[in-house]
Amino acid sequence: MSETTLGGLAGRMPKFIRRADPAVLTAFACIVILLLLGSLYSRSFLSPEYLLQQLKVASFLGVIATGMMLVVLLGQIDLSVPWAVAAGAMMACAAAAYGPVGIALAIPFGVLCGVAIGIVNGVGVAYLRIPSMIITLATNAVAQGLMVVYTGGFSPQDSATAAMRYLATGFTIPAVPNAVIIWALIGAAMVFILTRTSFGRAVYGIGNRERAAYLSGIDTRRIVMIAFAVSGGLSAFGGVLLAGYASKAAQSMGDAYLLPSIAAVVLGGTSILGGRGSYLGTVAGVILITLLQSILSVMQMPEAGRQIIYGVVIVAMLLLYGRAPASR
Amino acid sequence: MKDWRYWLAEQRGTLLAFGIFIAMFAIYSGNHPAGFTANVVQTAANKGVLLAFVAMAQTLVVITAGIDLSVGMIFTLTNCMASWLVIGTGLETAFGVLAVLGTGLICGAVNGAIVIYGRLQPIVATIATGAVFFGLALLLRPVPGGSVNEDLADFLTGRFFGVVPASLVALLVVVLVIWVPFSRSEFGRAAYAAGSSETAAYMSGVPIRRGKFFAYVLAGLLASIGGLFLTFFTYTGEAAYASGNAYTLFSIAAVVLGGVSLFGGKGSAIGAIFGALAFRTIGDLLFVFDFDPLWQPLFQGVILLIAVSLGAFALFRVRNRLEWFL
Repeated sequence: MSETTLGGLAGRMPKFIRRADPAVLTAFACIVILLLLGSLYSRSFLSPEYLLQQLKVASFLGVIATGMMLVVLLGQIDLSVPWAVAAGAMMACAAAAYGPVGIALAIPFGVLCGVAIGIVNGVGVAYLRIPSMIITLATNAVAQGLMVVYTGGFSPQDSATAAMRYLATGFTIPAVPNAVIIWALIGAAMVFILTRTSFGRAVYGIGNRERAAYLSGIDTRRIVMIAFAVSGGLSAFGGVLLAGYASKAAQSMGDAYLLPSIAAVVLGGTSILGGRGSYLGTVAGVILITLLQSILSVMQMPEAGRQIIYGVVIVAMLLLYGRAPASR
Repeated sequence: MKDWRYWLAEQRGTLLAFGIFIAMFAIYSGNHPAGFTANVVQTAANKGVLLAFVAMAQTLVVITAGIDLSVGMIFTLTNCMASWLVIGTGLETAFGVLAVLGTGLICGAVNGAIVIYGRLQPIVATIATGAVFFGLALLLRPVPGGSVNEDLADFLTGRFFGVVPASLVALLVVVLVIWVPFSRSEFGRAAYAAGSSETAAYMSGVPIRRGKFFAYVLAGLLASIGGLFLTFFTYTGEAAYASGNAYTLFSIAAVVLGGVSLFGGKGSAIGAIFGALAFRTIGDLLFVFDFDPLWQPLFQGVILLIAVSLGAFALFRVRNRLEWFL
């Protein structure tokens, strides 16, 4: 549509705008609008300290949404985020109880637990052909059950290690929080994988038509499984960072990340049906969601109002540009 | 083939769910300290019926090849609403019940409109509307509380003639009034047809949009009946996020156990009801065998995982590998 009707107009625009996805542009425009609205409400909204603080908070969601995006690009969905996040955080903190070796291995162990959850998801989706939204709900329930049994209803060892706190809240480069650097590194790696490797091409291919990708000689089942494992690992890593940020792990810490991570990916223009989307869009989606949350909390909106506005905004934005094509 | 064999093939999932339920309930009541008494049956029925209503709601949507991840939140919202409205004189209570059921209808209609006319994916759309419904529930009940017309509540959660649990009778009435007419109506057939093959249904001139919309609306209504009964059992309203989510999750488990295909077009709400009752009984088995209640979430999760993995057996029947990819 855009090529034909907007051809004359777009021809005069700079190249990078012409090539950009309208959904990504819309998301960035919404970010600017939110910033302006926020600055009307409070002067400090546009100060560098506040914006960096927002970016730091956004980076936890950003890490989790990166994994979610990979899965959504395949045309699947990962609903095991809540307990993958919690399991990553809790297991990392639990490992820290086992002496210096445990402390050293805390972060890899937490991430590994997430990868394990992701592999169960991946085997279910890729090899057993169970719809992803069902199997990931089931593994989420199992992960929850395991964590409840492990903690015995209370938290045995739940304080984060110094390394986790350093990753989440420290500064390696002055003024730039470590969490933001981590998100940038993970994001850069994801962009590289998606655009420069055969794995990334295969992900887009499977998202468009798995049958065609399979007939082109791609081992689609292995790719799908790896994608789910990566998503689980990144969710758990997000949990590790969150535990470092709050300096402890809690059972329900992941609940608040399922809807935002899906929303960030979808608002960033990634098609929920798979095969289409850019990481830049996900970045925009993550920042958009974080700013929205921040403004609502600055306005001292109670939890009820936040949930309602959240749901309404997501439905409204999806209706703007996330609709499936009219059939027939 | 004879007629009865067709019938058997069609009802296989339902009959299997019925069998599982009977077996599980026999183990449950056999090992229950009180044995198979009216009290045990009543308690089990009251717990099972709640999930049965939500599972019926989920079935209607799953039949159209969709999914409703907001059923648990509609259930929670209507619970909170009933704790305000279903109180007072007979007439006030009646209006309260109507308002609660109307809310369920509206919630379902919102989901249906967004999914069908807004052309959004059911998963994302219903997660988002679920957040809205939960927000509304929280607005109604920031802290647990409220009350309900206790005469009505006791009547509907007690026993008829000292033996028949009233909640089971209510479930039967709902099946006869909502599910049977729907599944035999033009819209019901349209919902099945749309779930089975939307393109073929469209080509045959089946009113798929209206059929699907109707399924979502009735799903909202059934979830609100569940919410109403929750209020009758607990006498209070509570906007509990975890419980709402758990009901959504369990409803999917019940639907799968009940032989309803998640790809749409196959199964019945009767099967889902037995799936729900079986799932509840399995969850309660832990108690009669004196396990630590801490293990219950894990146990239910594992059952859910096994139940959804059973669908994978269909893979053995696939002759052409390309059929792996729908």
